Amino acid sequence: MSDRLAVLKTYKLYVGGKFPRSESGRTYRVQDSNVAKASRKDARDAVLAARAAVKGWAGATAYNRGQVLYRIAEMLEGRRDEFVALGSKPAEVDAAVDRWVWYAGWTDKIAQVVGGANPVAGPYFNLSAPEPTGVVAIVAPSSPLLGLVSVIAPAIATGNTVVVLAAEESPLAAVTLGEVMATSDLPGGVVNILTGSTAEVAPWLASHLDVNALDLTGVSDPALGVDLEIAAAQNLKRVLRPSTPDWAAEPGLNRLTSFLETKTVWHPKGS
Amino acid sequence: MFTYAPAPESTAIVDLKPSYGLFVDGKFTDGSGAFKTINPATEEVLAEVALADEADVDRAVAAARKAFKKWSKMKGSERGKYLFRIARIIQERSRELAVLESLDNGKPIRESRDVDVPLVAAHFFYYAGWADKLSYAGFGPNPQPLGVAGQVIPWNFPLLMLAWKIAPALATGNTVVLKPAETTPLTALLFAEICQQADLPPGVVNIVTGAGATGAAIVNHPGVDKVAFTGSTEVGRLIARSVAGTRKKVTLELGGKAANIVFEDAALDQAVEGIVNGIFFNQGHVCCAGSRLLVQESVADQVLEALKRRMATLRVGDPLDKNTDIGAINSAEQLARITALAEIGSAEAERWSPPCELPSKGFWFAPTIFTGVTQAHRIAQEEVFGPVLSVLTFRTPAEAVEKANNTPYGLSAGIWTEKGSRILSMADKLRAGVVWANTFNKFDPTSPFGGYKESGYGREGGRHGLEGYLDV
Amino acid sequence: MTALLTSPSNATLRAFLHGLPGVDAVGLEQRAAGLSTRSIKTTAKAYALDLALRMVDLTTLEGADTPGKVRALCAKAMRPDPSDPDCPSTAAVCVYPSMVAVAHEELKGSGVHLASVATAFPAGQAPLNVKLDDTRAAVAAGADEIDMVISRGAFLAGDYLHVYEEVAAVKEACGDAHLKVILETGELATYDNIRRASWLAMMAGAHFIKTSTGKVSPAATLPTTLLMLEAVRDYRDATGTKIGVKPAGGIRTSKDAIKYLVTVNEIAGPDWLDPDWFRFGASTLLNDLLMQRHKLRTGHYSGPDYMTVD
Repeated sequence: MSDRLAVLKTYKLYVGGKFPRSESGRTYRVQDSNVAKASRKDARDAVLAARAAVKGWAGATAYNRGQVLYRIAEMLEGRRDEFVALGSKPAEVDAAVDRWVWYAGWTDKIAQVVGGANPVAGPYFNLSAPEPTGVVAIVAPSSPLLGLVSVIAPAIATGNTVVVLAAEESPLAAVTLGEVMATSDLPGGVVNILTGSTAEVAPWLASHLDVNALDLTGVSDPALGVDLEIAAAQNLKRVLRPSTPDWAAEPGLNRLTSFLETKTVWHPKGS
Repeated sequence: MFTYAPAPESTAIVDLKPSYGLFVDGKFTDGSGAFKTINPATEEVLAEVALADEADVDRAVAAARKAFKKWSKMKGSERGKYLFRIARIIQERSRELAVLESLDNGKPIRESRDVDVPLVAAHFFYYAGWADKLSYAGFGPNPQPLGVAGQVIPWNFPLLMLAWKIAPALATGNTVVLKPAETTPLTALLFAEICQQADLPPGVVNIVTGAGATGAAIVNHPGVDKVAFTGSTEVGRLIARSVAGTRKKVTLELGGKAANIVFEDAALDQAVEGIVNGIFFNQGHVCCAGSRLLVQESVADQVLEALKRRMATLRVGDPLDKNTDIGAINSAEQLARITALAEIGSAEAERWSPPCELPSKGFWFAPTIFTGVTQAHRIAQEEVFGPVLSVLTFRTPAEAVEKANNTPYGLSAGIWTEKGSRILSMADKLRAGVVWANTFNKFDPTSPFGGYKESGYGREGGRHGLEGYLDV
Repeated sequence: MTALLTSPSNATLRAFLHGLPGVDAVGLEQRAAGLSTRSIKTTAKAYALDLALRMVDLTTLEGADTPGKVRALCAKAMRPDPSDPDCPSTAAVCVYPSMVAVAHEELKGSGVHLASVATAFPAGQAPLNVKLDDTRAAVAAGADEIDMVISRGAFLAGDYLHVYEEVAAVKEACGDAHLKVILETGELATYDNIRRASWLAMMAGAHFIKTSTGKVSPAATLPTTLLMLEAVRDYRDATGTKIGVKPAGGIRTSKDAIKYLVTVNEIAGPDWLDPDWFRFGASTLLNDLLMQRHKLRTGHYSGPDYMTVD
């Protein structure tokens, strides 16, 4: 037992690549720590940051996105103990690292799997290819690391940027994951993490007209889920309804394709 | 003068009944009331059509649920054969369908005959072939149907939208309750007859007619597992709200305000054709219409002059005349909407139409362009859904992209340039589900169609079109 | 002549011709196919049949042509349907230079024009002086219209000035005779080339631009003709000078001819619906036009036995 006084970590938000406190100055006590309690203005700032990051991230090559995701896996691997200390089982941390690796490999393959040439009945070249939906707001599940990684990774693998509302009762892993991402060559604003009250902040994200999609996986209150889905309808957000997946299982493609748009391009063939 | 004599398509091939019932469980039955459908070119009543209320919709959903048990378990190859059969009957009765479509909708026979009905048959052929190949469609080894699909379609392409909805639903093993638009129910009812002729098991396809309340009854019915809607963004929003918290899978194909971008190095004659086809095809009653022309300033005068000359050759009039290019506006209500938006446009920008004589009866609107439009004008923002084109200019590719994407919609876009690399770079940057480069308004059953942003979600057509009807 | 270019060089011609808008093949062909669906019935059909008939350059261009054959052709051109005094005559007869004198004798005073192919038709592979002599001989023998061929080889090699100067020289050799310039579109192969060749011929002084010799496949097609109609339309807009168009070869039925007339009407405009501005280079087309006229006039179908074979 060292007699040295430990330096405690301040758990702040992760927005635009930086770690600000809530503009409201509020914190809440959870997991024996003081954690920033995000306000609607923090949500607004996070959406701004996410929107600003779309052009660069969606426009990056799929290869480059894969490299960045793999880098996150590397960084996470190196900080395994920190997550174990926050309460994740070692196996869960391993699975979370492997999940980043899985999605890192998907970045430059998904377009080949879900896109392709369409044999139209006419003298046209016709190609369908997936594109990111844009800004995705995510209510993260209570599985604080593996669940969190499992909702963030597929959304950003395809070029979306995200605003994540961390699980209200277990936000520490989320903030720490933000630190991992901040040191992984991930451009600022691609992933933005808010901590605080789901019931307070989620409606602002659901109704925000510059958010293109809403992942409600982590919403546990059915009535709130309905309200958020209704709010999302205003600008026809793509919505993933609340669910409780088995995070340990192989994820499949659904989370990748949920936040992809199919663009089909036609061109005549003539000389 | 070379004056084209009237060349009317005969209506003798269509056997119009004085009244039509609902098609439920394989039989035509009474509804809770009735309404009239008229020929928008003459305002004459074509027939009386049964009105479905909630109880009627309930009967239809029950019939579809009952039929689902067998239909979903039927071998895919057998389901496919029913669809092939339907496709063949559509081809055999194509002239009859085309004439009836033009009568009820007001669209030119040239289009219903050469575009709508052939695409309808092609769509059934395409999805018929998928019925026994779903395990190979990329959705896992054994994708399952959802159940009863509630489908609500618009009046602009009545039969084609029916095909887009019913063909993939049936191929994947779902059963359907479909509501055609209030103003264009007749071809859907003729399609019901075709289902009978094909010996399709009762209840697999149910057609209920009515207006918004009937549609709402379908969408809100707890027995419906899937909602597919094509129509306005406004109604799409209502639907998205009303299915909140349910298990219902939803696809929405909604409005648009597409930019058709013409660069100075475009093949100008073909670009002009593309502009005309983009906005005047089907009287502009097209969600993916190229209603905003973005033309590079350096060729704006030249393009406009050519466009006006071309517009002067458009033949507006009797939809059944084989030489008609622009038919009737589908309804008095739609005509009022177009007229109102055009009035607003007149106050904002320069309005031009070629001289053309419009019939005294029926609903008509001359092909119209507005020049000097900016993004701030309402006619550059709101979907007119009529033969009205807003013309804007741009100077650089970046400005074209910025203006094109400056809309809550994202259904389609057009690019005209002879420079290949510019096409590809523009196509990447335009936020739209369908990008037509050096062409416009082309459709094919193999080609996925659907929008970004407020133009809706999900895709219809192609392999992608299966996803909305499977539990994946 | 041209107001567009004062002293053309290969470089200026190239810059100009390659600055013309490109042609999208699929879009052009679809436009032509769309116009083909026009339904021309009853009074419109009667008008179109007579107009088409009046636009025919009744043609024989065979090695086996003889004075007898050419005389018969002239008789047919002047009185296509002996049973119908109201039947108009064709626009012209078109023959080889060696047959011009015979035809001239036959057609005198009839109002039917006499066209002769010249310039080493159909390949055009002869020295310029031979081509000019060929032209002068035909004009001297009585031809009032000359159908020349361009040097497709020179065009495809990018030697636009050669083509330009040749057309200009032949025009001079024509004197008062009208000059139709055959592009031989089937050998130019691309629509971009056809647009450029059309402009080149017009700038060099053509009165008419003509699709084909009839000796190369494909000969006239509707998209090609549509494209050339766009060229004359645009040329008039640019210079004020009106040029005619003549599709030749492969137009055999009334139905086809009517599609062409619809295209003239809707692309170049009604101004071009006149034998002075649009011609059909054809032979068998005439009898089909006559049969269709007969059907409209009598209400029943006719047969080849009732049409003269010449």
